[in-house]
Parts: sequence; structure tokens; C-alpha cells
Amino acid sequence: MTASIDIKNVTKRFGSLTVLDELSLSIPANEFVVFLGPSGCGKSTLLRMIAGLESVDSGEILINGERIDNQPPGQRGVAMVFQSYALYPHMTVGDNMAFGLKNISVERSVIDARIAEAARMLEIGHLLDRKPGQLSGGQRQRVAIGRAVVKEPKAFLFDEPLSNLDAALRTRTRIELAQLHQRLKSTMIFVTHDQIEAMTLADRIVVMNNRKIEQIGAPMEIYNRPATRFVAGFVGAPAMNFLPVKIRVEDGLVTAATDAGLCIKTAIPSEGLAAGDYELGLRSEHVRITPPTGDAAEGVVDVLERLGERTLVYVRLNDGQQIVGSDSGDSRVSVGDRVGLAFEGAKAHLFDATGKAWHGRESGHG
Amino acid sequence: MADPVNGNARRAESVDIYAPQWRNFLFVAPYLFIFAAFLVFPLFWGIWLSFHKADTFSSGPFIGFGNYARLFRDGIFLQSIWNTFYFVFLTVPALALIGLFLALCLNRQTRSAAVLRTLFFSSSVLSVTIVTLIWRIVYIPDMGLLSMIYGFFGAKAPAFLSDPDIAMIGIAIATIWWCIGLPMMLFLSALQQIPQDIYEAAALDNANRWQTLRSITLPSIKRTFVLVVIIQIVFQFQLFGQAWLMTKGGPNNLTKPIVLYIYNTAFQRWDIGLGAAASEILFLLILVAAMAQFLLTRRKADA
Ligand SMILES: Nc1ncnc2c1ncn2[C@@H]1O[C@H](COP(=O)(O)OP(=O)(O)O)[C@@H](O)[C@H]1O
Ligand SMILES: [Mg+2]
Repeated sequence: MTASIDIKNVTKRFGSLTVLDELSLSIPANEFVVFLGPSGCGKSTLLRMIAGLESVDSGEILINGERIDNQPPGQRGVAMVFQSYALYPHMTVGDNMAFGLKNISVERSVIDARIAEAARMLEIGHLLDRKPGQLSGGQRQRVAIGRAVVKEPKAFLFDEPLSNLDAALRTRTRIELAQLHQRLKSTMIFVTHDQIEAMTLADRIVVMNNRKIEQIGAPMEIYNRPATRFVAGFVGAPAMNFLPVKIRVEDGLVTAATDAGLCIKTAIPSEGLAAGDYELGLRSEHVRITPPTGDAAEGVVDVLERLGERTLVYVRLNDGQQIVGSDSGDSRVSVGDRVGLAFEGAKAHLFDATGKAWHGRESGHG
Repeated sequence: MADPVNGNARRAESVDIYAPQWRNFLFVAPYLFIFAAFLVFPLFWGIWLSFHKADTFSSGPFIGFGNYARLFRDGIFLQSIWNTFYFVFLTVPALALIGLFLALCLNRQTRSAAVLRTLFFSSSVLSVTIVTLIWRIVYIPDMGLLSMIYGFFGAKAPAFLSDPDIAMIGIAIATIWWCIGLPMMLFLSALQQIPQDIYEAAALDNANRWQTLRSITLPSIKRTFVLVVIIQIVFQFQLFGQAWLMTKGGPNNLTKPIVLYIYNTAFQRWDIGLGAAASEILFLLILVAAMAQFLLTRRKADA
């Protein structure tokens, strides 16, 4: 089973604190959507409103076109996997999975068949008689997913389900979740503050911040064409470099200049851009390390992060601004060296004072 | 071949913060002393006394199980055992169930729930003298609160203090009113330990109120239920004050519990040996009842 989910002008307040403000979002059936945003931005609240665990102050939530925000959680036909797993501690794994089906009087033979199928898929068949207390974190996680799967819900809701796992298990479970989605062909909403989870799992990412949606888009679209300065800074590791600049126009394209005299030619069309203060954004992979140049694009290496396939170089420019550039994995630079920086201006983004982003024609195509 | 001398030397070098340290004993020593002086010593002294013919001024000759034999030929003693069991049977299940019910009703954040919690608990701080005074005012024939209420409907109130059939029930009601605070509080704190998210999971699993209570809440507070029952068994077996102050054990010894029998025997008739023997019987009864309850529920929990 699968379903589309529509969220229309939804507002949520806790006392005087407005957590979500007139938020709208459409999720087509079968899509894997990730809500991404910093802690406290209201991702869980939105998910819990879809599940029915949190009331809606105004607006509507529809599943398959049917309004459900006035229905009790159980009747909405969604299943949720909690960050804490929320397994019933005194029931065996099998009973945990059967509970939701027993409550709606599903036949025992059907329940057993579904549990067997889910247990086979998640490789938890040997755990069915154990209690949650006797399981490891990763096993509990699988049981929690299994409990959702057997309900054959219209949509799966995941609230940071991987954050209690260790790094290796997190990566593995991430891949398995992607496979699960392909196999079940079901709508899935996944909440996380981890952009790598978002990038790897999502068909579409919904970036949330400060009571509203900043951007909705496919992972690479979010990465290459961030709609706002917030998205640009939040998505991508290390964070994008931002330089305060003044702009001027050359051949219809923007050239940005810092106060220190650094000049970067971009591929951003100048139409619609007023004169004024801007910030230039460039990802570290578009700033290469070169031998010292003797001009403004030169600085001293502060910190080195060797990631194996490449090296991140934190360079302090003469005016004190720090820029993260990248060099090859076997880079010979060391801390304290003077190095030059080569900016790939064609990949640069420009952000105006309101945070809105302007992109070059090229960005998004490599 | 391990060299024991070297082996020990090497072990002494590494620090084990969990190793027992004798100086820690000093911290429990004061309590241990009081425990020994006022609990362990009287226990054994009592056992010793129960095997002797003893009165206030002298402990007489050793008479083996003589005191115990006398006890079991004494109809009043057998009656008091029966009375005590009857009282425990009346109060303990009621305290556990009513306490649980109140806790389930009052486990919410509202102001009225907080007020009611305080109200129900407040009776627990009263001394037994006040409690019996209050309930005598309720029960007293012709002028008591109960008579007034029954009188309003033109009926005659049951004589809770003098009717042999219901006198013990009258004491039980007063006792439940007096003792309900502790079970309620224990259940409330157990309920508050249950993580909220499993209730949310149950809501998404279509569990209605009854299914949630039966499958989530009750299993989660099973251990507290056992604790409450054991505490109440130990406590209610020692009924004394209410019976003494409300009915003096009457009518016709029908509300005389074991402790009152011990009091009458040892401190009014000064037959200390017999009183000591009765005390040992009570001690055994409480021990067996509490252990049986504990073992029974533990076996079930493991299965
Ligand atoms: N039950 C609640 N009562 C009051 N404030 C809440 C409640 N739940 C969440 N909040 C507040 O709402 C905001 C969003 O919370 P949440 O949705 O949990 O954020 P996220 O999941 O994105 O980290 C936070 O500021 C949080 O403090
Ligand atoms: Mg959250």
C-alpha cells in the first residue's frame, strides 16, 4: 500500500512559541522524502502531526486526498519508527510486531504470515521469542522497522531512526532502508538532522529552518542550487565558504570583489541584481590549493583535514577570513605554509542581504 | 606454573575500585549496631523467651514447646489468627486495587488531580488515634455521620462497631481510608516511569484504552504491584491500634487480631512466655505470606 500526503497551510504552536508557520507540502505516492534541518526546527513536530501524535492548530493534512488531521493516530494507516524504538518492553519481538494487527482483529494466520515475511526480510527470525531488553541496539532498530512493515501502512514515518546506532551500523542500515523502500514501494518520510542521511536516502529533501520550509528539491539540486544562504551553509560538509563582496558586471556576468582586492569572475547573470552588499559562496571542492601567488588569493594554512581521497585545507587570508580549500589526498602542504588559492568562479553562488541565492547557468550541471 | 607469591604481588598493583574496603564498613557500622541491638537481639531473645515459662519478674524454667502447645489449645488465639487473616484478606486486595485505580485516575498534570492526590495522601499522615476518632464519629449509632445519611433515606445504618458480622469490615474500611495514600503514591511513581513513547506507539497500533491498560500499563507496573502487596501484607498483619481503639477486640473477640492477643497476654496478664510464643507465630506467618507472594510472582514474571 502507498499513498500521497498533502500538508496544507499547517500551523503549530506550543503556548506562545510558533513552531511551524503556514507550512505547505505535497508528497506524491511512493516518494522517499527527508525532512532535513537543525535540531529544534520542528521536523519531529511535523512528522508527529502527520502521525496524529500532535494536534494541528490550523491547516489540513490529507492522505490520498482524504482529510485525516481529525482522525485518531491508529486510523490514519501510517506506521512510525521512533528514535528510541519505543518497543513494548514486556512483549516478545513477535508480540511486538503482532500487537497492532491483533488490535484490529486481523486473523492469526495472516498475522503469522506477515511476521514471518518481515522477519525474513529484516533477518530477525531468530529473535522472535526474545524480549527487547535482550537485543542489541541494531536488532531493536530492525524490530522497530519490522513492527512498522507488518502493518502494511500507507506511509512510513521515521523520526531520526539511525541516530542511536554506531557509525558502521548506521551506514549499513541506511543502505538497507533504501533497499526496503525499493522493495515495498511505499511512501516514506524520514526526519534527520544529518545531511549525509538526507543526501543518500531522499528522492526529495525538504530543508526546514525557523518555522518554515527553506527549499524542497532533489538532493543534487539542493546541493548545487541551494535556494537560500541557510540551505547553502547547512547542506554540504565542510560548510560552504562565504565571502562578503561587492559586485560589478562584465559581459552580463557578475564579477565579485572583496575589500582585500580579491576578484572572482562568476557565471551568474547580472539581470535583476541591484548594486549593494552580497556574499559569495563557494564549496571547498571549487577552491584548489596552488603555490603562493603573491596576490590577495594567498594565505597561511591553519588546519589540515586528511580525508584520504582528498585533503581539506583551512587557509587564513591576509584579511583574517578563513577559506576551506581542497587538495589531493597526498597533499604535501603542512600547517603554517603559505599557499595560493584558485577559485572556480563558474561554480560560485551569490546571496543577497535577504539570504536569497543567485546561481550561474552552469551550476547544477557538474 | 604460576608463582602464587608473584601472582599476588602483581594483582596488588592494579587498582580495582570495586574491591571491598574495610574502612567502608565504618559507614554502615552505626546502623548495623542499632539493627543488632534493637532488632536481631530482641528477635533471638523472643525466641528464647518463648521456650521458657516467663513472667515480668523472672524467666522460669525451660519448657520446650509448652507455650506453643498452650497457644494452640487456646480458642481465643486461634480466633485471633483467623481474625487477622480475615482482616488481611479484606484490606490488602482492596488497598492494592483501589490504590491502583486512584493512581490511574489521578496520573495527569491537571490542578484538580494534584489537589486530589494530596487529599487522598493526607489521611496517611494522621496518627491511628485521630483516624479511629474520625471513624468512630462516622460509625457511632444514632448520631454518627453514617446514621445521619441512612436516616435521611429513612433507613437504619449498619452497626459497624457492634454487629459481630460486620465489625471487622468496619475496621477494614477505616484502615483502607487511612492507608490508601502509600499504595497510590507508589503506583503513581511507577506510572510516571513508563516512557511516553510506548503509549504513542500503542496509539499508532490502534490500541484502545482497555488494550492499552491491559497490554502496556499493567505489565509495566507489575513489580510495583508485588511491592505494594508485600508491604501491605507485612503491615496489615500487625493490626493493633484500630482494633484496640475502635472495638477493644470485641464483640466477643471477633475483631481481636494477633497483636492485640499478644498485648493482652504479655502486658495485661503478664504471661510473657506465651506472648513471646504468639509473637514468633505472627513473625512466621508474615514471613511465609510475604515470601509466598514474592516467589509466586517472580516465577510468573520469568515464564
Ligand atoms: N510538547 C512540547 N511542548 C513545548 N514545546 C515543544 C514541544 N515539543 C516540541 N517543542 C518545541 O518545538 C520546537 C520543535 O521541536 P521538534 O519538532 O522536536 O524539533 P526537531 O525534531 O526538528 O529537532 C522546539 O523548539 C521544541 O522545544
Ligand atoms: Mg526531533
